[in-house]
Amino acid sequence: MLDFSKNYFELFGLPVGFEVDSNRLADRYRELQRAVHPDRYANATEQEKRLSMQGSTRLNDALNTLKKPLLRAQYLLELKGVDLNAKGSSITDGGFLMEQMELREELAGVKEQADPYDAIANLMNRIRSHTQGLLREISEQFELGTSQALEQAQETVSKLQFLNKLSAQVEELEEELDEAL
Amino acid sequence: MALLQLSEPGQSLAPHQHKLAAGIDLGTTNSLVATVRSGQAETLPDEQARHLLPSIVRYLDEQIEVGYEALSAATTDPLNTIASVKRLMGRSVEDIKTLGDRLPYEFQQQDSVVPRIHTVGGAVSPVEVSAEILKVLAARAEASLDSELNGVVITVPAYFDDAQRQATKDAAQLAGLNVLRLLNEPTAAAVAYGLDQGQDGIHAIYDLGGGTFDISILRLNQGVFEVLSTGGDSALGGDDFDRIVAGWIMQQAGIKDDAGHAMLRRLMRDACAAKEALTDAETAQLDIELEDGSHWQGELDRATFNQLVEPLIRKTLAPCRRALRDAGLTADEIDDVVMVGGSTRVPYVREKMGEFFGTPPLVNIDPDKVVALGAAIQADILIGNKPEDEMLLLDVNPLSLGIETMGGLVEKIIPRNTTIPVARAQEFTTFKDGQTAMAIHVLQGERELVTDCRSLARFELREIPAMVAGAAHILVTFEVDADGLLHVTAKEQSSGVETSVEVKPSYGLTDSEIEGMLRASMAHAQEDMDARRLREQQVEAKRVIEALASALAADGEQLLTKEEQEPIKKSFQHLVALSESDDYEAIKEAIEALEKSCEFYVERRMNANIHKAMAGQKVDNFND
Repeated sequence: MLDFSKNYFELFGLPVGFEVDSNRLADRYRELQRAVHPDRYANATEQEKRLSMQGSTRLNDALNTLKKPLLRAQYLLELKGVDLNAKGSSITDGGFLMEQMELREELAGVKEQADPYDAIANLMNRIRSHTQGLLREISEQFELGTSQALEQAQETVSKLQFLNKLSAQVEELEEELDEAL
Repeated sequence: MALLQLSEPGQSLAPHQHKLAAGIDLGTTNSLVATVRSGQAETLPDEQARHLLPSIVRYLDEQIEVGYEALSAATTDPLNTIASVKRLMGRSVEDIKTLGDRLPYEFQQQDSVVPRIHTVGGAVSPVEVSAEILKVLAARAEASLDSELNGVVITVPAYFDDAQRQATKDAAQLAGLNVLRLLNEPTAAAVAYGLDQGQDGIHAIYDLGGGTFDISILRLNQGVFEVLSTGGDSALGGDDFDRIVAGWIMQQAGIKDDAGHAMLRRLMRDACAAKEALTDAETAQLDIELEDGSHWQGELDRATFNQLVEPLIRKTLAPCRRALRDAGLTADEIDDVVMVGGSTRVPYVREKMGEFFGTPPLVNIDPDKVVALGAAIQADILIGNKPEDEMLLLDVNPLSLGIETMGGLVEKIIPRNTTIPVARAQEFTTFKDGQTAMAIHVLQGERELVTDCRSLARFELREIPAMVAGAAHILVTFEVDADGLLHVTAKEQSSGVETSVEVKPSYGLTDSEIEGMLRASMAHAQEDMDARRLREQQVEAKRVIEALASALAADGEQLLTKEEQEPIKKSFQHLVALSESDDYEAIKEAIEALEKSCEFYVERRMNANIHKAMAGQKVDNFND
């Protein structure tokens, strides 16, 4: 096996934390892929091909995890020893849940709107700004780093999961509309 | 080289010896082969200076014709002359029925899921037909460069699914080619354009070929081509334009739907000619020979033609929108749109795409050749002719991959547009007490229901130790390699008992079918299986010897102690001594022994490369 014992942040030479310099991440990723990508070993032995595929796969996984805020937050919690499966998703924020219901109702009604694309854009904007707010929150929670803050971060992760799911559903609906064109 | 004195005098083991690598565009209508010569990628012509090879194969009693020769017989001998075989690659008999094509062939009724076309030369599968085309192109490359072909890059539509990719690879294997990589056609085109223009930015590649449509959005940044998303339709292309025009002619000329094969072929040919004429002219004259020998004459103008093909062009827009959405971009963020594939010569296609992307499409490289040129550039790099080259392609899987769960639903394991290579695992469990087997059904597609996705494989994980429901931990791992091919493994972990299964797509050929085809083709070529196996092992031995010699020359001294070099040196010399012998088992064993003896060295080398790349980072940390 390749010497990939380092965590994803160390792998890319980045400080462990929620805020990630995306340009630096992309540069590091490219440099490392240039060294291990299967294209560098296309005419090599089976063993080299296998190793390079493993290495390249791990880099892709690492990039994907650090690039996406939700996955990054989950990974960070894991690194900090928080077991995400232990507690299940518990959202105690009643206001958030209410708002989710509203957004879902809006989604269900999109097709009946005079301009469904406009309604979708509207909905997406709201999801996006909501997500931005949560990302600021979680960034602060990780910054604080106390066990109480990390517990809150766990709840924020659950909220982000909600919004991610919703935005995936909005995209599916948009695709459905496209196909009907 | 000085280190181990591995090569005999006169034996060429120079580490950067130039090797012959070719890029092959295996198209629906036409195929091409290209290579890089003195730094320039160029397509290779046949003896009559023709670059395109019509992707048509004609089977005669004792002989096989490929290309123009076969094309000229297409209307007179339609049943034995196979065209557009790419549309049948990786398809089952059932699939082909639902393609809705009126295919002018007779399919054989048989048990195998792979369709076979009945010809006077025997029943042939699409893989065999494609292999014939590949053989001709490979022979052309070897003849024009007077050298042995060391490896090829074969292009496939980005939207090809797993079965279609596997079928393409099988065809190459059948043709005796060393496939360095299956490369997505739009990515290949981007390479040809990117290197030509050296422009960083976001590019859309609109590739409308004879039978397939692809759209890819990619970012070029300092030599790295990163595919952001891809979409398309693997059964939409210029053939459909011809079919729609042919339908119009039938209507105008009063030709009945039950016209014979030869009539249909003539119609398709004339429809295609009219379409091509309308690229430059405002009207196309039609003169159709009817079945009774009389002629029908008519005219097709551009406005009517545009109206006929408009629905087909519109059909390409939904994938474009989806690809943009998947890339997280809007049409106005695209810096330019590259037109690829013969069908983008249709002026209305260019006009509509210019409107959609809000920028005039780029057409400076011949849309027929651009894919082969890009493939040649990539082949040249992959074979190792440009060790210092910085170019890197990061491609994605075009379609989501998943597994069937309860209630006929698909659970996605790898979503579409994930950068490859990739591996993702998901845990499943048993739902009955004492359950000792679990059926695993692998699917590809975007829909939720199993019945709406493409079934790639079914297999069963057996010998699960009996436990209460829900206690077993069955880890199903999906791996997509750099060719975009899927491997699935499953194992039960809780008990320590491991069972794993490798699957091949259910629509692919089995190993024994490939072996059977090889035997059949050998009978033609007067070569036997053993001779082929021996040659393959000799080539492999040479490859391993060269790879190791150049590795040792580069860093053997730094990475290995004298004691560590000894066993490697021994097995190396053993292989060198055997490599020209005629005992293929012995060569194979020597290769395996050598690889075994260098395993740790190979790992060390790769780690050294990674550390070097990471050390490079630290240096620019200081500079920041």
